[in-house]
Amino acid sequence: MHALKQIVSHTAVLPQADIDTDQIIPARYLTTTSRDGISEGLFYDWRFAADGTENADFVLNQAEYRDARVLVAGDNFGCGSSREHAPWALKDFGIDAVISTRFADIFSSNALKNGLLPIVVDKKAHEWLLDHPGARVRVDVEMATLTVDDGPSLHFEVEPFAQYCLVHGTDQLGFLMGKEEQIAAFEKARK
Amino acid sequence: MTAKSMLDKVWERHVVVPETHQTPAILYIDLHLIHEVTTPQAFSLLREKGIPVRRPDLTLATLDHSIPTRPELVAKGYEGMQPAAGKQVRQMVENCEEFGIPLRGPGNADQGIVHVIGPELGASQPGKTIVCGDSHTATHGALGALAFGIGTTEVGHVLATQCLLQRKPRSMGITIDGPLSPGVTAKDVVLFVISKIGVSGGTGHVIEYRGSTITGLSMDERMTICNMSIEAGARAGMVAPDQVTFDYLKGRPMAPAGEDWDKAVQQWKALASDPDARFDREVLIDAAEIPPMITFGTNPGAGIGIRREIPEPVGAASRKALEYMGLKPGRPLYGQPVDIVFIGSCTNSRLGDLQAAAEVVKGRKVKSGVRMLVVPGSNKIKLAAEELGLDRIFTDAGAEWHEAGCSMCLGMNGDIAAPGQYVVSTSNRNFEGRQGPGARTLLASPVTAAASAIAGAVADPRSFLTDGAA
Ligand code: SF4
Repeated sequence: MHALKQIVSHTAVLPQADIDTDQIIPARYLTTTSRDGISEGLFYDWRFAADGTENADFVLNQAEYRDARVLVAGDNFGCGSSREHAPWALKDFGIDAVISTRFADIFSSNALKNGLLPIVVDKKAHEWLLDHPGARVRVDVEMATLTVDDGPSLHFEVEPFAQYCLVHGTDQLGFLMGKEEQIAAFEKARK
Repeated sequence: MTAKSMLDKVWERHVVVPETHQTPAILYIDLHLIHEVTTPQAFSLLREKGIPVRRPDLTLATLDHSIPTRPELVAKGYEGMQPAAGKQVRQMVENCEEFGIPLRGPGNADQGIVHVIGPELGASQPGKTIVCGDSHTATHGALGALAFGIGTTEVGHVLATQCLLQRKPRSMGITIDGPLSPGVTAKDVVLFVISKIGVSGGTGHVIEYRGSTITGLSMDERMTICNMSIEAGARAGMVAPDQVTFDYLKGRPMAPAGEDWDKAVQQWKALASDPDARFDREVLIDAAEIPPMITFGTNPGAGIGIRREIPEPVGAASRKALEYMGLKPGRPLYGQPVDIVFIGSCTNSRLGDLQAAAEVVKGRKVKSGVRMLVVPGSNKIKLAAEELGLDRIFTDAGAEWHEAGCSMCLGMNGDIAAPGQYVVSTSNRNFEGRQGPGARTLLASPVTAAASAIAGAVADPRSFLTDGAA
């Protein structure tokens, strides 16, 4: 995983609450066996009309939001299935952070393992962000701060280990494999 | 000593390295279930790095999501699969061979939906930690296991180390007391719970279901309830193991036997939460309040009693949902014409579910113009149902009898609804497009689904059960 220290971008806004992983990437895109080109399926049924043409109303199809690296979404983002294809697709599309008032547990865990930062903000900040699409934001991952339009910085919570791994590009599998001795001892003690 | 919840007890027994502020706990996993959709990238990583699977003996593999279930397609093998699905299935077969994991694929007597076969084989047991790259892993908690869904990166972690980095979740006790009313099933109970606490009400928590209603349920029914914990945002649901659990497990192929059995039961009995254990959150529900439920919106929290009126939408999201569903507030779903009835999925495809649906269908006909699919959760269930003649009851009524798999629970294996069609479905998710682009899903119990197939419209199962007349 590449290190992710800072994100500077304008926002794109998807205000709906409870955006589930079937919306983020529909099930028919799950027959893939790799991660290449996975953003093709991102929000497919919202991005495209039934005939395959782009839906001009959808925010990520609009010129000013297309290259936003930060998505502001409604409450409880990423609920539903455990498909890691959802954060893969967002990341592959160019999104580095999603801001909401709450994230589903598995989505949040998957996102953090793929260099996609879920940022939980309070209701007031959330409402402001929803009302100001295209706002300029700066995220400092190491300090866990979100600065909007050069205003005051907000602190957000991020699980310390995941944060460490993001900032340093640490591979969690490598970390776990480094605990081989303890794992082997645990297995032996249980026999 | 402080009182412990079942979650505390199972958690403690699996901590390899305790949690600190800086790092999560390293948690040992007793059973890793895998299927074709969420593993290919994990196996590729292992192959790239030359890492073997640490415990193939603790890994249980099947094929369920992307395989077809229509008998004529299943008979054609790879030829019957959509090309991308065929490639995925082939890769699963190869991965399992290469890494030494026995695969219960199509044709194998044990094949079926991953959350159906774990308990069926006796592999899912009280006190175990069980994970799968699938959010409905919560199902196995019905046996008193701590079972939760993980992503593909974590699938790789478990394959390589049999461990996961996890912080301990919070606990939530949901107590449901009293007898269920006629026509009300476990599915209605869980839809009711989700409608009460909301689709994110359980986020960050493991739910323990308690109370006389729960202890009075069969194992199949408990699995239906735990299965949908994720629909309330919780990663896991649990039920304390009791005699129902032990009777269910005894004699299953992977369950302990002989002396080991007696020892195991002793240990399992100690797992229940201590009487004065505290939960981070508690919810009490009176079973008498629960009617047969059905959903009207595009998330599983949008459930109402079948005779109740669809509520006025509040906010843009629920207006959009009603628009997608083509439904109007102020009138009940009861009587809404339907196109498809789907009985299946890891929520409601076990023998008890099929029996309940067959009781409604027996001697009746599926309304003309309605397509009814009945998809058993596993090969074993299919065989058992056929021995009881359930397949004939369904096919005589005009329903389709399928091979085991996920089928129309999710639109990735060819069993899909057309845009705008209404599906009364016993599965667990009514998200937009879940059963095919534009498909409209109404979640309900097997008896409500079966009654709706006969009526050709959303029907109240009670009128089918009490006087036998449609
Ligand atoms: S039946 Fe549905 S919910 Fe269950 S594992 Fe299959 S796709 Fe997932």
